[in-house]
Amino acid sequence: MLTGLTLTQARAGLAARKFSARELAQAHLDAITRLNPGLNAYITVLPEADVLASADAADARYAAGTAGIMDGLPIGVKDLFCTKGVRTTAASKMLADFVPPYESTVTANLLGAGAVFLGKTNLDEFAMGSANMSSAFGPTTNPWKRKGDDTTALVPGGSSGGSSAAVAAGLALAATGTDTGGSIRQPAAYCGIVGLKPTYGRCSRWGTIAFASSLDQAGPMTRSVADAGLMLEAMAGFDAKDSTSSNRAVPAFHKAVGKSVKGLRVGIPAEYRAPGLPADVLAMWEQGIAWLKAAGCEVVDVSLPHTRYGLTTYYIIAPAECSSNLARYDGIRFGMRKDAPSLDGVYEATRAAGFGQEVRNRILMGTYVLSAGYYDAYYLKAQKVRTLIKRDFEQAFETVDVLLTPTAPSAAFAQGENMDDPVQMYLNDIFTVPASMAGVPALSVPVGLNEAGLPLGLQVIGRHFDEETVLSIGGALEAAAGFTHIPSVHAGAGA
Amino acid sequence: MSLDLATTRRIAKLARIGLEENELEATRQKLNGILGWIDQLAEVDVTGVPPMVGTETETLRQREDKVTDGNCRDALLACAPETSGPFYTVPKVVE
Amino acid sequence: MSYTIEGRTGTWEIVVGLEVHAQIISHSKLFSGAATTFGSDPNTQVSLVDAAFPGMLPVLNHECVAQAIRTGLGLKAQINLHSRFDRKNYFYADLPQGYQISQFEHPIVGKGAISIELQNGDVREIGITRLHIEQDAGKLLHDQDPTKSFVDLNRSGVALMEIVSEPDIREPEEAGAYLRKLRQILRYLGTCDGNMEEGSMRADVNVSVRKAGEDFRTRCEIKNVNSIRFVMQAIEVEAARQVEIWENGGEVDQETRLFDPGRGETRTMRSKEDAHDYRYFPDPDLLPLVLEQAWVDELAANLPELPDDKRARFQAEYGIAFYDAGVLVAEQAVADYYEAVARGRDGKLAATWVMGELFAALNRTSNTIETSPVSAAALGKMLDLIADKTINAKLPRKSLKTWWKRAKAPRPLWKRRACAR
Repeated sequence: MLTGLTLTQARAGLAARKFSARELAQAHLDAITRLNPGLNAYITVLPEADVLASADAADARYAAGTAGIMDGLPIGVKDLFCTKGVRTTAASKMLADFVPPYESTVTANLLGAGAVFLGKTNLDEFAMGSANMSSAFGPTTNPWKRKGDDTTALVPGGSSGGSSAAVAAGLALAATGTDTGGSIRQPAAYCGIVGLKPTYGRCSRWGTIAFASSLDQAGPMTRSVADAGLMLEAMAGFDAKDSTSSNRAVPAFHKAVGKSVKGLRVGIPAEYRAPGLPADVLAMWEQGIAWLKAAGCEVVDVSLPHTRYGLTTYYIIAPAECSSNLARYDGIRFGMRKDAPSLDGVYEATRAAGFGQEVRNRILMGTYVLSAGYYDAYYLKAQKVRTLIKRDFEQAFETVDVLLTPTAPSAAFAQGENMDDPVQMYLNDIFTVPASMAGVPALSVPVGLNEAGLPLGLQVIGRHFDEETVLSIGGALEAAAGFTHIPSVHAGAGA
Repeated sequence: MSLDLATTRRIAKLARIGLEENELEATRQKLNGILGWIDQLAEVDVTGVPPMVGTETETLRQREDKVTDGNCRDALLACAPETSGPFYTVPKVVE
Repeated sequence: MSYTIEGRTGTWEIVVGLEVHAQIISHSKLFSGAATTFGSDPNTQVSLVDAAFPGMLPVLNHECVAQAIRTGLGLKAQINLHSRFDRKNYFYADLPQGYQISQFEHPIVGKGAISIELQNGDVREIGITRLHIEQDAGKLLHDQDPTKSFVDLNRSGVALMEIVSEPDIREPEEAGAYLRKLRQILRYLGTCDGNMEEGSMRADVNVSVRKAGEDFRTRCEIKNVNSIRFVMQAIEVEAARQVEIWENGGEVDQETRLFDPGRGETRTMRSKEDAHDYRYFPDPDLLPLVLEQAWVDELAANLPELPDDKRARFQAEYGIAFYDAGVLVAEQAVADYYEAVARGRDGKLAATWVMGELFAALNRTSNTIETSPVSAAALGKMLDLIADKTINAKLPRKSLKTWWKRAKAPRPLWKRRACAR
């Protein structure tokens, strides 16, 4: 089943010439044709001829012995990464017809490593959301169904919901995501795949459409922890065009998986045992702790006292930055324009028509918290609390090597649920946001199914630039959990 | 803090998002719901705590003063919804 | 205080502070690699960053930082080793990002001073509050189409220094002297060409009036005045307008105004209701700018001699008068020319020739010192001939005119005569 492979397996199969990159690409294009109309995981699928041409080029490199680390591997690209000559929408009406004349650094790196792009995956508009419900191109549906309930459509999580659904359903071997407050990890957990948010600065932000600059970070969404390491190797690296890009060397991340975790200290943050945490999530967490103990880890209780303010802090800082970052969508140089007799009229009409409700609300919230008289009480205060949150992590990492928490407070919920109360919706990010605020790497690993038959994920958080330890621990969890379930909607099922 | 309609109108104007009167009220309510929740930050003592900037302690990198970019007018203007000759265009601005 | 306004209710003095936007001399823009050349074809010096395309990020130009530090040093100002870039948020057609990257809370340069000289010979010190680095905006053209304004982004993202003075200026003449002196320092440093016609130096003028001994009253800001003469005129008419309002029992509104040189008046540009709320916050795309003291010291050690120092040295070294030294250092090129003539010769005689015959001839023939057909070496040689009495001091005065007419014949007339003798 070519659509059920991991990157590592597919890479080995291509290298051994068991199948060609063309065959691999064709299998995925066929799966997309069959399943994408129902899942809506892709906003744009690349023309078949282009995909096959990339695959043929990869086959030629295998024949010549010059194949890169991602060579011939068909992947999805979140439609937030600008791709040269390929429409890039950010799932917004504002950019519905935007064709960038440039390639983002992350996707250029992947192309350089030989990856074959299948298309641009769906997301919440401008990556703002946790359910993929705010896309101007319609919601993505989670390929997982509740046991005994084939009709209720569940959300794939967000904002990288198109990527997580595509990878889970066999419409791509892997996909890129971006994570601002949990947008890689939470959808990975909801769809039963692996998602890694690297350290802030590890992947260049150049050419990726900005949501909140101090938080945005690209990362891999894959079917195995080793795949996440492999794909991050291809994505990461210093970029002189991004002033916040780190110039540290990129290690061979995939080699960290399988390394013994014996003696590593795993912190369990007391504050994540939030009141009302569902029993299935709690049980899975306890199970994870037990697995790591069995693998020889030392489990330690730690405290992150300011974690409870992570979410509120995030909902000041992220909207503030987005209100400024999205000012460039003004109808003048690219994107949508609504005509009006005056310049301000063009701005107001264009931005009212081009942005969906969630994006508008976040821009307005951000405008408010930065405005005269409110800056100190909101934005400045939030930046100070953010320092405290970061210090919490630094202190914890003085005594432990990683932290283990649930990725999300629940499994995937139904489309339409949690829609009326934004705060309720924001609470989906409660466990993922703190690591974003601190800029540290965090990984979600699928570890089991709940009673409804839906996947649950555990999150491993590590020190700045210590993705390797995170991947080692993630690998240990993966090995112990032996998660091999596939969703009811899958390219391999009923074919 | 709670948001009144006048303030909602003012921030919509600042953000150049044209909202109808009925949308303003709905927006006000939505934002107020979030603000009420955010106000729990007031209880955190941040005395003497510096605001966080950047997530690493690196300092700003600088580039050499070289002309490496530009001269791509056609590619840029091709993305614009409206142009005239070599220019972008907007409704006449009176200064 | 010589400049006052006599009103019906008494005598008013004026209080003026200047914010000068000086375009930094650099090859490429502040945060992008596009060129900065003036007068290029519309929208050719624009990168994806300058047009604020999605996902574009700023990277700081090292030379622009160096230029700002040099300028700070030239203004005898505090150099802040820690500074930061902030976003100033507002919408306008010439501002692609929807924000200008500037330095609001933590500028790169702090307090300094400029000493100015007035026509009566008085010397005053005008305080500098701060200098910060920021991006310039693009340009709008309003006269190309009846219903549209056209946008040219060539200037968008070019580096500027905003140099803010203390409200120490009390006369229009002082404002003029301040601007001339500032321009002179910038040109000496090579950090800004000071060309107000091309817009590479522009002034915002803050004006208020008060009676002697009072605290400051409400000020108005007159935006973007583009010549020294207009700055002086704008101050006069704005001060008169404010006195009139106060004396009629009114209140001056704090507002932004424009100077209309044609009508000789200022008018409201932005009323209070339209007042901006710029929502400044630290630019999350850029980390704090941290400078090494050693680099600042190196820039200081390599600073060119500044006009005040050069003037003092000319007086001491060449024995010329304070006034003459001032004329000779007004422009760097003149000072260099003079010094090439004077070195090893009679400095006073050199000054007489440069300021007399040479300046007159340059004027007459619409030349500048840079285009002078008579090189400093040639003039020096001639002074040598006068000094050793090879030629009569009167002869060269005539010959200089002849020589000038045959601008392309560098062989001096008197030399032939001298040889013939």
